Amino acid sequence: MSVLVYTENWKGTFRKSTFEAVSYARKTAKLLETDVVALSIGDVSDDELGKLANYGASKILSARGIEKGDSQVAANLFAEHAADTTLIVFASTYTSKMIAPRLAAKLKMGMVSNVVALPSSITPITVSRKAFSGKAIEKVVIHSEQGIISLAPNAFGLVECGGDCNIDEISPSEKGSVTIEGEEIASGKISLTEAEVIVSAGRGLKGPENWGMVEELAELLGAATACSKPVADIGWRPHGEHVGQTGKAVAPNLYVAIGISGAIQHLAGVNSSKVMVAINTDAEAPFFKAADYGIVGDAFEVVPRLIEEIKKVKN
Amino acid sequence: MNIVVCISSVPDTTSKINFLDNGSTFDSNGIQFVINPYDEFGLTKAMMLKERIGGNVTVITVGDVAVEPVIRKALAIGADQAVRINTNPKDSYSTATEIAKYLSENPADLIIAGRESIDYNGGAVGGMVAEILSLPFVNACNGLEVEGSTAKMSREIDGGKENLSANLPLVIGGQKGLVEESDLRIPNMRGIMQARSKPLQVVEPSNTDCLTNSEHFEKPAEKSACRFVESGNEAELVQLLQEEAKVI
Ligand SMILES: Cc1cc2nc3c(=O)[nH]c(=O)nc-3n(C[C@H](O)[C@H](O)[C@H](O)COP(=O)(O)OP(=O)(O)OC[C@H]3O[C@@H](n4cnc5c(N)ncnc54)[C@H](O)[C@@H]3O)c2cc1C
Ligand SMILES: Nc1ncnc2c1ncn2[C@@H]1O[C@H](COP(=O)(O)O)[C@@H](O)[C@H]1O
Repeated sequence: MSVLVYTENWKGTFRKSTFEAVSYARKTAKLLETDVVALSIGDVSDDELGKLANYGASKILSARGIEKGDSQVAANLFAEHAADTTLIVFASTYTSKMIAPRLAAKLKMGMVSNVVALPSSITPITVSRKAFSGKAIEKVVIHSEQGIISLAPNAFGLVECGGDCNIDEISPSEKGSVTIEGEEIASGKISLTEAEVIVSAGRGLKGPENWGMVEELAELLGAATACSKPVADIGWRPHGEHVGQTGKAVAPNLYVAIGISGAIQHLAGVNSSKVMVAINTDAEAPFFKAADYGIVGDAFEVVPRLIEEIKKVKN
Repeated sequence: MNIVVCISSVPDTTSKINFLDNGSTFDSNGIQFVINPYDEFGLTKAMMLKERIGGNVTVITVGDVAVEPVIRKALAIGADQAVRINTNPKDSYSTATEIAKYLSENPADLIIAGRESIDYNGGAVGGMVAEILSLPFVNACNGLEVEGSTAKMSREIDGGKENLSANLPLVIGGQKGLVEESDLRIPNMRGIMQARSKPLQVVEPSNTDCLTNSEHFEKPAEKSACRFVESGNEAELVQLLQEEAKVI
């Protein structure tokens, strides 16, 4: 028996969410008294694969030369190597969200997504997940003997443990049905769902020309930038930055909301942040009911001063 | 072209969420139900495809009679017919199995689900339907064009998008980008009148097994009150974030 974990790479490199999934798999494997097997799809060097051992993978199945974007091929590949598995773990990534449900239906494994904690019981496997856009925590029991868990973003953290691993090359037995024609990546940006700090701004900023200070603050904090829905709808910012109930759900350690009123749909996507700061001219803005820290004031004065103060402590 | 749009009926986004019986059931008292926003993008895309290349749009939902107003709204927006599988959804797998069973008897060229339902947030039904029917599946699909029997698509990936193509039939999990916010349609009087006489077929479920079971719901702990810092005292905020919250 083992815990199998999908270790996704982006152009040959793992990200924090990958190591987080392995960390989760290892803790769960301990509960189940078994080992962690990682499955990697695409071209990843042995050096990079070796990093997975540090989080607890003792064996790595590496399928080079295939595209992770073809969910059928990927799910088949998992199915071929899942016979010996009690649990399969996925991180919260777009590709995981294509593969995991397919695999669940293929192997008739109960699947729980958006999971926020280690299983509270292993016979049967019982886990807590976020539901209703973070407005509730749901406890779910998996009935099938084998199960699939996909994690909520940033819910678990990294646990290093050191260790060694073996790498086995594997290849799929079937051809795919989807042709991948290429990708367009916004370069050099920190991914929103993985960011530890997010600086986000809303309609209070008046126009796209005023985002300079938002980007400067984000850069100082090593943060990703986000925005409210109307800001993306009017085209002040790219759609990929829209957070909330109908945009991305994020869970950074720090979320700074500038000129965002704090509508219930916005909060639904950000309320899992560990600490929230609101900057708003209106003391009655609903965001202050959700925020941990607040400044009632004009963003055009507060943000530049905040930037200066952060520069001071960073130097 | 036969297009089927899977519609999940969900609490309006402004709803306050409460539970009954020690957290075992969702309290739907006073809740306004709407078409899941992701499914609304999909439905609008289906209408636009039909207008361009012709065809038929069916909306399908798994739910009891209480979801009919939502399905009527989908008909008022323009779907040609509706199918309701008469059972309360229990888990993603049984819901997907019911939908897939209907589709295996009534094949479609394009099956549009949403990326996720905003109540259960499972993000699972679309992918499961695709697997049960052995069809290609593209999730978080934010662009779709159909040329003959091929679909050209894009999907959101972490930090950008990926372009893909596949032959019909296939399943997508749709989201914004499929159509824009401004393309969404509000039913007009004529649409609402017509919807009343459009076919709404009720299909009895095959009562498939569940693989998971929801034990109970809990609301997350209330946040403590906001700590205000005077405008002008940004240094204090920085200090609090460093020393108290330890997040920078
Ligand atoms: C079905 C549905 C789904 C939705 N999904 C989402 C979603 O996913 N995400 C989302 O964000 N919204 C969503 N919304 C929209 C949501 O209801 C709000 O309309 C939106 O979040 C408001 O954006 P905002 O806070 O930027 O703008 P506003 O509500 O206009 O707020 C601007 C704020 O800026 C403040 N302000 C003005 N000037 C300044 C200044 N100089 N300095 C500081 N503060 C200033 C104002 O006091 C105000 O509080 C959804 C709505 C619906 C109906
Ligand atoms: N009860 C249902 N009836 C019809 N379609 C559904 C139902 N539940 C979910 N779906 C479809 O599956 C998508 C993903 O839902 P979920 O897996 O619940 O997050 C939704 O956007 C719908 O398109």
